[in-house]
Amino acid sequence: MTSSSERTATSSERTATDTSLETPVRLSIDEVDVEVAAGASVLDACTAAGIDTPTLCFAENLTPVNACRICVVEHEGSRTLIPACSRRAEDGMAIQTDSERVRHSRKMILEFLASGVDLSQADPLASLVSEYGADPARYGDAVATMDEDVRIEDDLYVRDYDKCVLCYKCVEACGDDAQHTFAIAVAGRGFDARISTEFDVELPDSACVYCGNCVAVCPTNALQFTTEFDLRTAGEWRPDEQTTTRTVCSYCGVGCNLDLHVQDETIVKVTSPNDHSVTSGHLCIKGRFGWGYVHGR
Amino acid sequence: MFGAGGGTSSYAEVEETDVVVLWGSNAREAHPIFFHHVLKSLDAGAKMFCVDPRRTSSAKFADVWLGLTVGTDIALANALGRQIIANGWHHQRFIDHSTTGFAEYAEAVQPYTLDHASTITGVPASAIAELAEAYATADTAQILWTLGITEHHNAVDNVLSLCNLALLTGHVGRWGSGLVPLRGQNNVQGGGDMGALPNKLPGFQDVVDSRARARFEAVWGRPVPPEPGIHLTLMFEAMEAGDLRAVYCIGENPADSEADVTHARTLLSNLDLLVVQDIFLTRTAELADVVLPASVAWAESEGTVTSSERRVQRVRAAVPPPGEARHDIDIFADLANRMGAQWGRPSAEQLWDEVRSLSPLHEGMSWDRLEAEGGLQWPCPTEDHPGSPFLHGWLWEDDLGGRTGAPFSVVAHEGPKEALTEEFPLRLTTGRALDSYNTGVQSGSLVSPIRYGHTIDLNAGDAALLDVADGERVMVSSVRGSVEMAARIVADLPPGLAFTTFHFSELVDVNVLTNDAWDKRSGTAEFKAASIRIDKIENGNDQMSQTGSGDPTTETDGG
Amino acid sequence: MADLHIGPDVATELERCAVDDVISDVGAAVVHHGDRMVRGGTARRNERRHLLLPALHALQHHAGWISPGGLNYLCDQLQIPPAEAYGVATFYELFRVDDPGHTDDVVHVCIDAACQIAGSAETVAELRSAGRRIHESPCLGQCERPTAQFVQGRGRPDRVEADEEPFELPQAGTDGLRLLRRISAGVDPMSLESYVAAGGYAALAKAFVRGAENVVEEVVASGLMGRGGAAFPTGIKWRAVAGETGQKHVVVNADESEPGTFKDRTLMEHDPFAIVEAATIAGFATGATKGWIYIRGEYPLATKRIQNAIDQARGAGFLGQGIARSTIDFDLEVRRGAGAYICGEETALFNSIEGFRGEPRQKPPFPTTNGLFDRPTAINNPETLVNVLDIVTDGGAAFASIGTKGSSGSKLFCLSGRVGTPGLYEADFGVTLGEVLDLAGGVSGTGELQAILLGGAAGSFVGPDSLRMPLTFEAARAAGVSLGSGVIMVFDSSVDQLPILTRLAEFFRNESCGQCVPCRIGTVRQHEVMVRLASGPSTDNRWELDLQLLEEMDTAMKDASICGLGHTAATAIRSAFDLGLVEKPGVTQ
Repeated sequence: MTSSSERTATSSERTATDTSLETPVRLSIDEVDVEVAAGASVLDACTAAGIDTPTLCFAENLTPVNACRICVVEHEGSRTLIPACSRRAEDGMAIQTDSERVRHSRKMILEFLASGVDLSQADPLASLVSEYGADPARYGDAVATMDEDVRIEDDLYVRDYDKCVLCYKCVEACGDDAQHTFAIAVAGRGFDARISTEFDVELPDSACVYCGNCVAVCPTNALQFTTEFDLRTAGEWRPDEQTTTRTVCSYCGVGCNLDLHVQDETIVKVTSPNDHSVTSGHLCIKGRFGWGYVHGR
Repeated sequence: MFGAGGGTSSYAEVEETDVVVLWGSNAREAHPIFFHHVLKSLDAGAKMFCVDPRRTSSAKFADVWLGLTVGTDIALANALGRQIIANGWHHQRFIDHSTTGFAEYAEAVQPYTLDHASTITGVPASAIAELAEAYATADTAQILWTLGITEHHNAVDNVLSLCNLALLTGHVGRWGSGLVPLRGQNNVQGGGDMGALPNKLPGFQDVVDSRARARFEAVWGRPVPPEPGIHLTLMFEAMEAGDLRAVYCIGENPADSEADVTHARTLLSNLDLLVVQDIFLTRTAELADVVLPASVAWAESEGTVTSSERRVQRVRAAVPPPGEARHDIDIFADLANRMGAQWGRPSAEQLWDEVRSLSPLHEGMSWDRLEAEGGLQWPCPTEDHPGSPFLHGWLWEDDLGGRTGAPFSVVAHEGPKEALTEEFPLRLTTGRALDSYNTGVQSGSLVSPIRYGHTIDLNAGDAALLDVADGERVMVSSVRGSVEMAARIVADLPPGLAFTTFHFSELVDVNVLTNDAWDKRSGTAEFKAASIRIDKIENGNDQMSQTGSGDPTTETDGG
Repeated sequence: MADLHIGPDVATELERCAVDDVISDVGAAVVHHGDRMVRGGTARRNERRHLLLPALHALQHHAGWISPGGLNYLCDQLQIPPAEAYGVATFYELFRVDDPGHTDDVVHVCIDAACQIAGSAETVAELRSAGRRIHESPCLGQCERPTAQFVQGRGRPDRVEADEEPFELPQAGTDGLRLLRRISAGVDPMSLESYVAAGGYAALAKAFVRGAENVVEEVVASGLMGRGGAAFPTGIKWRAVAGETGQKHVVVNADESEPGTFKDRTLMEHDPFAIVEAATIAGFATGATKGWIYIRGEYPLATKRIQNAIDQARGAGFLGQGIARSTIDFDLEVRRGAGAYICGEETALFNSIEGFRGEPRQKPPFPTTNGLFDRPTAINNPETLVNVLDIVTDGGAAFASIGTKGSSGSKLFCLSGRVGTPGLYEADFGVTLGEVLDLAGGVSGTGELQAILLGGAAGSFVGPDSLRMPLTFEAARAAGVSLGSGVIMVFDSSVDQLPILTRLAEFFRNESCGQCVPCRIGTVRQHEVMVRLASGPSTDNRWELDLQLLEEMDTAMKDASICGLGHTAATAIRSAFDLGLVEKPGVTQ
């Protein structure tokens, strides 16, 4: 056969694509030299240097789309700032993460978002607004906003695009980064762009299979599980009192790890760890929502 | 396979494989997160072949779907083997070095020409030839299967016919190639690992092996019966014969899940003693003399489960059990204590340490490591062993260490036990839907926006012949009984094949129809192939009501 | 691959035929062989995805909109998730996804600067009162003949009525034209024979003699810089692509959409074979066997003539397998844009061809390694390519001797606005702005120059004191401006700039793809500020605050946007304020 002659006993020793043999990359972050593995991002390098870089559209388990631009840093020799999340670290790069230019762009991005989007449930963003001295009020009253109604179309999700920052995470999770269902995409252009099904049909009429992976990656609560929405509406959502317990899904034999978020001895939300090799943070409808029977439902 | 009861490969491997053969598995719906790993391989350029009587949602991702006739898997597998050998695509060096019985196998598959197999399976000869070449000539290839292979009267033969293909091509025992049965329940692998098999002790040690028994007897302080026990299907035969009079049933709902379920219920009702330990008052529990309410293993208890890639992972209690429900461990311990043993109240960790002391496969998996490393894959013999991503690497060693090679098996096509007849001309097969699970005990309360209800799915041509409209109520009958269901006309079934799920036994007793003919070795019944007829119901044109809110009062079936 | 969920809406026979026509060569992505075998899969789907844009065009053209049934059929045939196809359809100005409720043609009327000062508002009103269906459009690339119009036909061909008028090149008969010499000489743009008679395809023959490597080096030596606006050295780009292996592409970026620009349209309409020949040379030089020419959707005549040129060239063996009796394979395919300024950005253009939303990609990686279909790609502007013919024929050194040291060759300038004879002019680099203005007959209207918008909407305003500026890349850079795509839009002293600037801001707001936050929201906030400034005097320090906002937004959009659209969205507006073209209105108490 064609390839049999190359197969030897050593092939059984191979266990995974191994990038560790490539030479590591050295660069400077805020004048501090750091070394990261080949293929690492500037964001990884910043983290390695102990610098906390704000991100919004970035997630460990998704391909960076570098749309929000909040992670921009200054790269010596580049005309513009560069997105830390998606730019590969290169040997000899000199990066500034807290320069006037960086702070200015981040401030403006926060102002832009805060002036057009409801960030009331986007916890880290809201605190960044004050940290960077952003003042969304200075754009005046006559500003365009997302201006969308809350959509409740089924018993599992609530979509509130007033809170949507168009970070593309849900689209990626529904699409080729995980679920490959492609029930939603970005439709329209510019400020009119919205996350949408085809012809904006309701989710139950779309390709949606209710895996909840879009909800899990949403950074602003534009997508919420109904359990959370209902508790918030009732004024009973108390994240500080919630416990999170890691266990394994009770359904098929794949062994998906679940984080059960429990409030008042009741499961209120199920997520999965992004760094687990089985799920990469993604679940199916049963693992995500099929826990009602634990509480006799 | 080859003596060990576990899939050979890790999920990460399928992401890098070149050819995926999904055989009798609708992983897209039944194992959705495993299918995410398959999707990564497809995005990276792998080819996928899907062998399934239905063009399932998984098959829609395939480069080629081979829609074989139900129960003709062996004919197809043998034809693939013959085609591979005839073209010289087999891996002669691997065969010579690492296997036994090739000559007999090669002889046995001779009759399975492409044309002959095409006649038996209904699959075009060109598709069989294409799969044979793609699989055999790929650098790495995996065969993945589920109940489409194992819920047949000749389940073991089906599995062996696939193992033959891997041995023929060397697609086993190395990274990226393998044989992967996807497990249907979160701990069906762990159950087998722990000896919940009639002939095995924990760690796949043989009951008939006196040295193995001696180790257990030393720790347990009691003799271990030297003969294998009997599996579930034989238990029902024993009940029928009057040899089995008392049953302690834990986390199983045979009164809903057994094939030919009416008969099973009668047998359970006639027992002298039936004890049921479960999280709900299932239909089986309703027949019980004693019911022991148990806590939910994965959310109310501490312990471990083992996945399809042999990964042992911790489950943890997140919420307290309701009412009088108690942890399984505590129930067992108290029972033992009442019987005069001195078990006290062992913790999950203490029990795990006992497993490690007796099962070399698990010996290196300390409780702390399971916590810290997010699970470990057996075999993991020592605490400095990283666990094993794939099995049977020894087949590729220059020195097989005195072991004989992996054996080819001679298996022949038989077809389903129940032939199609004039009276029962349609083939019924069953399977899972994405948002539901087994008999619905757990998934029944999930208010799913995508649940289409419980239907008998038909191809449009068959529906027209039967004069049945989409949504029409029909009577579905096998030689064992009849149930009323709503017909659903779908594009993805070939003519002559009907399909239904089995998630709503409270509403529709599908297993009234299914055949309890079973495999002598695995004990699995032929859920996948029954002969049925469908009859119109006079004035029965009512639209089926939504069935999503059915009460969850039943328990799981086998897998 | 995706779970394909096709809704209940069914296509009409007309819609099915429209889609089938587009995919007839390759067939549907899924094929049933009897009822026991289906061929499909990721590769077949991916290979067909690029047919989405042509298929959407077909539906729009025949049905007048992208209906749910039509989209369903298209998606089923190509195995594209409907949500994604819908996302693509809604990206483009020329597609609509709501039922128009009529079967009339739609007249797109340009409302951007050149047409704005020529009275587009009145044209819109007149046509409306005449009962025509009007769509107010961004620049249509006909700035020399305002008010520009483009008729989108339903069932009938799209057309530009002005194309039916005889074409006159202002410099016709002038000596020393290089890029425009065939047009000046009246070579028939529809005839390969006529093109060959005028020396056409001699350059390709010479290229074969030189060999691919030598062609690349001559282009490097020529110092040719891209004419699309970014002014990147063409030879360096080609050398990089030539150094890559495997499938490679040549892309002609003819999505000319920069307000004020119409040079590529003129070249495509009147010298199409030159572009086809030059693209073929690019393919030969870089080792690319596949070429694409992406023409903006509002250029029906250019599309027709380029397609004709391709067909004739292929018929004569200049395209296809073994071109011009060589062993070289190269073929060209036309892709029609659908109304999106952003698709002129090279990576957005790739996405558009590939059947995705025309959203720019982050660079690096650059097109030379990861371009169209993620393969190494040489992407060039038509004007740039036409220069290659002379470089191959005469050698790089000869070309480099034209113009200035930093800017070799000649340049096409698009003169519009208040100028004597608007139109396309060619001059060697180094000519001053004033000299070009004189070529076109000087300032019209009041005769007094207020300002010139140099380089297009993404360029800058310059004042009368810039007339002595040599038009070279280096001089422009030194002056902090850009030649862009060669736009010279002239405003006389009578023009009120606030409406012009407000419309400029609206242009960027409308044309932002929406991908990155700085541009998606920044262009909106900028437009809102301009509307406020244009609305009249304010009683507080709002004016100063708003100017401050404009400056801060400009900085953030320049620094943090993904692509050139965001980087330049505020440049022209800022320059107008810097030049003092707009003054703070008197404060009323």
